[in-house]
Amino acid sequence: MKKQWWKISAALLLIYSVVGGLLFEVPRLNIVNETIRALYFHVPMWFGMVAMFLVSTYHAIQYLRNSQSIHDTYSISFATIGLVLGLLGIVTGMIWANYTWGSPWHGDPKQNGAAIALLVYFAYFILRGSVANQEQRSRLSAVYNIFAFAAMIPLIFIIPRMTSSMHPGSGGNPGFNMYDLDSKMRMVFYPAVIGWIAMGTWIASLLVRTHLLTEKLEELEDEQNS
Amino acid sequence: MSVSPLTLFAQEVEMADSLRSSGKIYVVVAIVLVILLGLIGYLISLDRKVSRLEKRIPEAKK
Repeated sequence: MKKQWWKISAALLLIYSVVGGLLFEVPRLNIVNETIRALYFHVPMWFGMVAMFLVSTYHAIQYLRNSQSIHDTYSISFATIGLVLGLLGIVTGMIWANYTWGSPWHGDPKQNGAAIALLVYFAYFILRGSVANQEQRSRLSAVYNIFAFAAMIPLIFIIPRMTSSMHPGSGGNPGFNMYDLDSKMRMVFYPAVIGWIAMGTWIASLLVRTHLLTEKLEELEDEQNS
Repeated sequence: MSVSPLTLFAQEVEMADSLRSSGKIYVVVAIVLVILLGLIGYLISLDRKVSRLEKRIPEAKK
């Protein structure tokens, strides 16, 4: 059980965020009403996604520096989990928008920005799938990965702040401006964010390990065939 | 249930108060926890399976 403490904390933090997120007192606000609790589950998806993409880009840069395939493995694994978290974020947002704004897709700058950012990352996987040579694939996708991260920053953090958005907390900070005053919410929200980042890292680490095992098995098969 | 001044001020905002006072919110908490614990348990078993494979192919570990 060495070096496993963070996996246990990920599980405990998520269990705490579910119990606290559903049971603890929240501010009584018009329009959002009880859906204010979605903050504990929907927003950590985006924090998790950005964290995963950040690690992915870090390893893309590392790959370009020293061409070690391990960095490419890390890069694709974390990008995969980041995309999963982003998709969960957009789907949960659409459920909420359907009941609060009246339609799942409202064309809100936050929604559009997030959708374009996800499409940019979809292209990363398409690019990887379209290059047969392994070294070329790693190199090209590492370069694109850095571009994708750079494109995501304005799409998610800057453009929604420059236009008027109906997203809760908008008008300055489209994240959680109006909840900022409520310290009780932070006591569930921040553990949830840390929990989901740790959970994403856990799943990504499993992807990395299966990638490495597959590579090793292919090497062994090549040895047998030769 | 404790009532803070803030909730008194905004008492007219509709919230799921009856769901809470009847205690049925705990049913929802139990259901979500079962799903979360089930998924975490499955993740642990996957983690162990990968560890077992890594022991059989020790060179695969970086």
